[in-house]
Amino acid sequence: MDSARPSAVPDSPTPTPSAASYSEVQASAEFAQLRSTNRAFVFPVTVGFLIWYLLYVLLSSYADGFMGTKVVGHINVAFVLGLAQFATTFLIAWLYSRYATAKLDPGAQALKAQLENTVPAPAPAPTTAPTTEEEGV
Amino acid sequence: MESHTVFLGAAASEHRALIISLFAVFVAATLGITVWAGRQTKDATDFYAGGRSFTGFQNGLAISGDYMSAASFLGIAGAIALVGYDGFLYSIGFLVAWLVALLLVAEPLRNSGRFTMADVLAFRLRQRPVRTAAGTSTIVVSIFYLLAQMVGAGALVSLLLGVTGDGPKRLIVALVGIVMVLYVTIGGMKGTTWVQIIKAVMLILGTLLITILVLNKFNWNISSLLGAAAEKSGHGSKFLEPGMKYGIDSTSKINFISLGLALVLGTAGLPHILVRFYTVPTAKAARKSVNWAIGIIGCFYLMTIALGFGAAALVGAANITAVDKSGNTAAPQLAEAVGGGAGSTWGAILLAVISAVAFATILAVVAGLTLASSASFAHDLWANVIRKGETSEKNEVMVAKIAAVVIGAVAIVLGMYATKLNAAALVALAFAVAASANLPTILYSLYWKGFKTQGAVWSIYGGLSSAVLLVVFSPVVSGAPDSLFSGSDFHWFPLTNPGIVSIPLGFVLGWLGTVLSGEQPDAEKYKELEVRALTGAGAH
Repeated sequence: MDSARPSAVPDSPTPTPSAASYSEVQASAEFAQLRSTNRAFVFPVTVGFLIWYLLYVLLSSYADGFMGTKVVGHINVAFVLGLAQFATTFLIAWLYSRYATAKLDPGAQALKAQLENTVPAPAPAPTTAPTTEEEGV
Repeated sequence: MESHTVFLGAAASEHRALIISLFAVFVAATLGITVWAGRQTKDATDFYAGGRSFTGFQNGLAISGDYMSAASFLGIAGAIALVGYDGFLYSIGFLVAWLVALLLVAEPLRNSGRFTMADVLAFRLRQRPVRTAAGTSTIVVSIFYLLAQMVGAGALVSLLLGVTGDGPKRLIVALVGIVMVLYVTIGGMKGTTWVQIIKAVMLILGTLLITILVLNKFNWNISSLLGAAAEKSGHGSKFLEPGMKYGIDSTSKINFISLGLALVLGTAGLPHILVRFYTVPTAKAARKSVNWAIGIIGCFYLMTIALGFGAAALVGAANITAVDKSGNTAAPQLAEAVGGGAGSTWGAILLAVISAVAFATILAVVAGLTLASSASFAHDLWANVIRKGETSEKNEVMVAKIAAVVIGAVAIVLGMYATKLNAAALVALAFAVAASANLPTILYSLYWKGFKTQGAVWSIYGGLSSAVLLVVFSPVVSGAPDSLFSGSDFHWFPLTNPGIVSIPLGFVLGWLGTVLSGEQPDAEKYKELEVRALTGAGAH
């Protein structure tokens, strides 16, 4: 078998958790919560922006009359939709980072601390709000 | 046409010295930083991942530097200048693609990998077949990308030195290659990252300057800029609508969709971009760096509107194609025009500045690509496949440096012979290969519990070979006036970008290889991967 573990390499800065504790955490309610909170944002938004982008590409290919409609001066619908792609990209990036900071980071931190045996219970030293898991709902 | 001849003469004789000295200052400064970074590079983590010591903002700049290549700067400006709105698709696709990286790939990759893309792919699958496949595709994607950069370098040389002879052009391409190999072998990831950061700042400032000058000429009225571009193009308002290049018949419409798919799905499969996420300490920092990158790259691509339509309006397609048929010299020619035109002092200075920025861009991106592919060769193919893990980190880094020299030599040779293609179109091929060969396996590895080794191997080799073969038998290589080998015709695939066929094929093969495999998936390792990917526990 050549399934040498990448984690068996020498330079890990932190104590590497054992496989048993990984599967323990993986089965825990806290982890299930973290995972579903992550996927509840990431999957639908990915589907959404891909559909929106493909719609734009298809419109550019097959609806040139519509895309060529003048809006202001020489600026046409194609430009407005193109710029809207920029706007939605910026918006999604911003929304995701807000969502991740508020709803994903605290839970991830707590589980990481638990696995690396540094602190047993919730959030470690710096700042942040006290609650962790309940926030996802 | 007369103005064009004057312009070449002026650039070639009077102001070559200025361009060369500006570029020499950049090279000297960055080599100094490289030597400094090299002194701090002690172990493999320093060499491959810059000691994971960069902040989210620094890495965001470095990612932007890696991403805004000759394709973005020279290629997109040229594409817009020649085919109008259709060229703008590159800007949109290249940007939106970052959301795939941000939402699905950056953080889990940072948390579960170590030095290369293959670290994540091979996490719970059999190491040797998966690393061999991923290492191979890393090197192929990087070479496509390198080719695009070298085409940009060649176009610049033709512009600056006149179109005479291959000698000076080959000399400059060789010099670019040698400097790039020095960056990588001496400075490793730390040196290369600083080179990217400096280059990104220069590129943004240079582009901003030209954008301001262009908009100022049109009284800050974008509509009149577009109107002037449309008028000068001779195509009227069609120039501002989709379809100039891709709306001709049903094949070209499908071509457009194929290109659009490759652009949006390619980024998250580009090895030299993925390894950047290892240079920061945490997944949160990786997320921040992508957010910075989206902001910086987005602003840059917005400015390509001014560059491209500005070049169409102020330089004109005829003057651009007289220097470079595929438009790669539009941006520097625009710089000269907004500076006051051929023969004027400011025109010459701006041409020199923008050309030096473009050279710096090429140099930095080529260095990033060489580092990523030589790291994959040393870490995946040599250490884990050939030596089966029985080697020291010191030897591994040594092998990476030797590989960098070899890949550098390949890039130099390619650069000497590659011309005639638009740099953005070439990079789009690298995106198609990345999206077909790498992205399916990355996503399946991270999100599909039942994914198996055979699925990964089929998907990577199937996606890779179909994408590459379809390019070989496409009009890019033969059978069209602007093909690589325009003299012969062995093409049978009608599209210039293979994405619409090869990307779905990569996904289907990953699924098929998995369901047809008798291998028992390693459930425990998947649990570990899931937990590590989301929490960062045990991350390097």
